[in-house]
Amino acid sequence: MTSDRIFGLLIALVALGYILSATQIQIGFLSDPVGSRTFPYLIGGVALLCALAIIVRPDPDPDWPNLPTIGRIVITTVVLYAFAVSLRPVGFLIPAAIASGIISYQIHPSVRVAAATGAGLSVCLFFILKHALGLGLAPFGRMLTG
Amino acid sequence: MELLASLSQGFAVALTPMTLLLAVSGCFIGTIIGSLPGLGPSNGVAILIPLAFALGLEATNALVLMTSVYYGAMYGGRISSILLNIPGDEPALMTTLDGYPMARQGRAADALVLSGVASFVGAFLATVGLMLMAPVLARVAYLFGPSEYFALYLLAFCTLGGMSSSNQAKSALSAAIGLGIAMIGLDNQTGIPRLTFGELHLMDGIDFLVAIVGLFAVAEVFVYIESHGRGSALGVKLGRITIPFRDIANSAGTMLRATGIGFIAGVLPGAGASLGSFLAYMAEKSVARDKDSFGTGNPRGVAAPEAGNNAAAGGALVPMLTLGVPGSGTTAVLLALLLTLNITPGPLLFDERPEVVWGLIAALLISNFVLLVMNVPMVRLFVKLLSVPPWLLLPGITMVSFSGIYSLSGSSFDLILMIAFGLLGYVLRKLDVPTVPIILGILLGNNMEDSLRRAMVISDGDWTYLFSSGISIGLWAAAIIGFIAPMFLRNLLKKPTGH
Repeated sequence: MTSDRIFGLLIALVALGYILSATQIQIGFLSDPVGSRTFPYLIGGVALLCALAIIVRPDPDPDWPNLPTIGRIVITTVVLYAFAVSLRPVGFLIPAAIASGIISYQIHPSVRVAAATGAGLSVCLFFILKHALGLGLAPFGRMLTG
Repeated sequence: MELLASLSQGFAVALTPMTLLLAVSGCFIGTIIGSLPGLGPSNGVAILIPLAFALGLEATNALVLMTSVYYGAMYGGRISSILLNIPGDEPALMTTLDGYPMARQGRAADALVLSGVASFVGAFLATVGLMLMAPVLARVAYLFGPSEYFALYLLAFCTLGGMSSSNQAKSALSAAIGLGIAMIGLDNQTGIPRLTFGELHLMDGIDFLVAIVGLFAVAEVFVYIESHGRGSALGVKLGRITIPFRDIANSAGTMLRATGIGFIAGVLPGAGASLGSFLAYMAEKSVARDKDSFGTGNPRGVAAPEAGNNAAAGGALVPMLTLGVPGSGTTAVLLALLLTLNITPGPLLFDERPEVVWGLIAALLISNFVLLVMNVPMVRLFVKLLSVPPWLLLPGITMVSFSGIYSLSGSSFDLILMIAFGLLGYVLRKLDVPTVPIILGILLGNNMEDSLRRAMVISDGDWTYLFSSGISIGLWAAAIIGFIAPMFLRNLLKKPTGH
């Protein structure tokens, strides 16, 4: 119940913000009868109605993960973020090895398995993706090769 | 005669070595994806689309590859249902009811062969149905103007959440989120930026592939981490594979009935394969003389849902190709592929790019035979793959998803956006908000708005024009019924059990 109420409230705020932002859309000189703002207004309105319906008639609460699991999800998100921003400057091999190692550790907490998974996946996937499929990946980025 | 000429043109395209190779690899990869628990056809196709695009495949070949993956995943979904009691994907849920009990009785191999044959019957006949029905529907679609298209999009949004969510407000919200995201970027008609907040990266709008891979693949990573990688199949053993001729002969009628039901469920917007397998199973149970044996390992309870869901998979391609409105989650992802390849689905596709449509249909007919071979004599290979440990599988999927998106755009911004979509998808899934309507909203949002604006230009701002033709009134009525009906039907369809 509470989860849905909070969710509905958040969505209602976002929907209001969305409608408010839509009022700032410029109108061109050669506008059609509907214009650039109407459809965003409609969408914002539908979202607002849905949010109210969810607040009024919430579903039972889901089983939220416990703290350690939330911790694992946060760690994974941070690792993925770091992977995303380091791919260009550092290249594929090292970030991929670290990221897959850490994700592997989240599922099976063994340092040896994680290290082997990270190193193995990074090298194997690099060869498959780069040389068999021809994706534009650099093994090492500019930061390392200068 | 025209049909035969078109089909032979299709086979001329499909029988080139490159296309054949792609169809076979697609079937193989798809069966693997389908059989791995948790990784269904929509996730699988979503992860692979950026790769297919990065390969620089020509349109028909890319489409053949991905639809073969789609069909393969539908076949493969049954493997973990039967062996582990964990559906490989949602449509394979019904197969657990009788498939797992059969496996417990030591008849796992029989159940796999029987369901493989049922999948073949369903998918093959549905492909034939696609071939016969799509050109007819494409002709009807010629009668559609902007007001009809607007109503059609509305119908898709009203029904797509339908059966999969337990709360219609949440389905509608999900569609609104997708449509809202679609509005970001330059306005198609005036070129004025909307809702970009001055961010240059948002001028082109949000790439739907980023949203799809985020909502499906990255969210799956979080779900997996939460479930702690349960459902790995280390140590599953399979006996000698023989062909259970008697079971197959006994379920021949079952397969045909289930195919018919599944195909219709697939063609209807929003229903998709899960409903196809559900209805096929329930129908079979209700006509059976030995009702009580359903749920305890009745071979017909294995054949019916498998024929049903595979037929629905083929049926769902009909509205996707002819109207540009997908009938299921995976076909929504396939629509994203078409749009990325600059192919506009719809009636014109059949006239302007016949080689794409007929090449695809011919390739699917061939794929079905390939899949029959892979899923009956070679099924042991895929059972072995079930034991790939999640600590290896999951980081692998993550790296492939990221590399695929990165190789398309080369931008870290897109990757970060993808992670955000992943988190959003995870939270929405926890809250029981379906994510497929978001994808559909992002894909169709601009088209839907364009139809509305064009209709208003034609009618000079008269909103009653939206209800001015018989077709559009029919579509509006179907949309409203489709939105309201699940609220009443849900009690009837609640939690199917095998008893």
